[in-house]
Amino acid sequence: MNLFKIIEEIEKVDPEFNERVSPRRDAIKNITSFGSKVAVAALPFAVATIFKKAYGASSTPTSVNDVLNFALTLEYLESYFYNQGAASSGLIPAADATLYFNQVQADENEHVAFLKSVLGSAAIASPSFDLTAKGTFPNVLSNYTTFLAVANAFEDTGVRAYKGQAVNLLGNQVVLTAALSIHAVEARHASAIRSLRASYGANITPWITGSASVSNDTGIAAINANYGAGAAGYPAENNVMQGGVDVTTLASAYGSTTPYNVACEAFDEPLDMTTVVNIVTPFFA
Amino acid sequence: MKTETENNTAGPGMARRSFLRYAGIGAASIGLVATAASCHKDHPVTPPSAGIDVGAGDTGILNFAYALEQLEAAFYIQVIATPYSGMSPAELTALTSIRDHEILHRNFFKAALGTSAIPALTVDFSSINFTSRASVLAQAKAFEDTGVMAYDGAGYLLQNPTYLTLAGKIVSVEARHAALIRDLITPGSFVGSDVVDSNGLNNSLTIAQVLPIANTYLKTKVSAASYNYKAS
Repeated sequence: MNLFKIIEEIEKVDPEFNERVSPRRDAIKNITSFGSKVAVAALPFAVATIFKKAYGASSTPTSVNDVLNFALTLEYLESYFYNQGAASSGLIPAADATLYFNQVQADENEHVAFLKSVLGSAAIASPSFDLTAKGTFPNVLSNYTTFLAVANAFEDTGVRAYKGQAVNLLGNQVVLTAALSIHAVEARHASAIRSLRASYGANITPWITGSASVSNDTGIAAINANYGAGAAGYPAENNVMQGGVDVTTLASAYGSTTPYNVACEAFDEPLDMTTVVNIVTPFFA
Repeated sequence: MKTETENNTAGPGMARRSFLRYAGIGAASIGLVATAASCHKDHPVTPPSAGIDVGAGDTGILNFAYALEQLEAAFYIQVIATPYSGMSPAELTALTSIRDHEILHRNFFKAALGTSAIPALTVDFSSINFTSRASVLAQAKAFEDTGVMAYDGAGYLLQNPTYLTLAGKIVSVEARHAALIRDLITPGSFVGSDVVDSNGLNNSLTIAQVLPIANTYLKTKVSAASYNYKAS
């Protein structure tokens, strides 16, 4: 995130931003002036501070905090999952830990820390978790194939969850941009974990593919809900209707129409909050 | 058959009507931004240039995305038409899929924008060595990472929730591409510190930061006057 640009843009389009950040009209200028002198490494802290000033305490719109706490809950689950995975001796091969899971684990813990710092006292506490999902994945912390599959599902679901909340942050430069930025990182994770599964023989691509009858391309029936339809307006991952256009009717490299699998792959689908909560609830102890 | 054709045109038609509905809001924000820009030392007033402007409001943002998708589609079409030496079967499969996704993104924006769409852009890939794996993958990485940062940075400017969700549906696919390409170059670089900050957030870019990069690969220069950028 480019903090200075954000402040500059906010000044242009949102005169009230100053008031929310500080009762003093020139407070934002002080921050900008100070910020231009600090090292890049200090920026994340500055961003978090502005979040709190702008949207913390009594002036916080409930909906924004709800979205952030929803995101925090998912990040608690993901960070717990990767922390437990890393702590399970013999689960993750050393090479995969070095190249992939150490980084994913670090990112998820950073997401937790970031969201907690943004929410401040409004942050909810971490629930207790049951990574077997009430026995659905009994060997999730002892069988690497299961661990990879659950990681795949968590990341793809995280992408769907953040995407589904974007509209609730419409026009909110600071919070929406941060949410979209986490969303992109979850998608990078999903891609890498899918590639890793493929390297161990799973028939899977970095992107979610499908057919008219298949929305879950992971080969694991127990996570069908993660790829299925949610509430009205939240179709399954094999949806091909985009903005009122059936995108299979558009031209492609193969002729005047687009193959169904390409239409699935090119667009990831959002999911509503209630459906996501229902999906992750079995993982709460 | 007749019904199918009608359905196919109904979507873009509806999208155009939506644009008209939001045009008023777009026009209002242009005035605001232009006023602020004119009294800021970092944004000197420059004369209008030749080339194409994406326009204002949501139309401008979607045309900005359409320009990037045109660039990406043209790039991967060339990559598959003239594969670099030593392209593995797995790389050919992956790059072909990415080409197909980018072509669909391009054609989707063209359909959704209808008569509001900017014209087809002429690319200039003279700086890219399509026979070299290193050159092609480095360029692919740059396009994908820039695409992700561009969508993330422009998302808040969208006023129509449908368009915001659509941008979200596309940006995560670009991020999946970026991760794959980066790991083809250097395994384990899918969330490298050059693209993801210490909070675990993907970096983002403004339109004014993205278009100069895109214009490096375009004969037809693209501007976004409403978003503080005019091509020189």
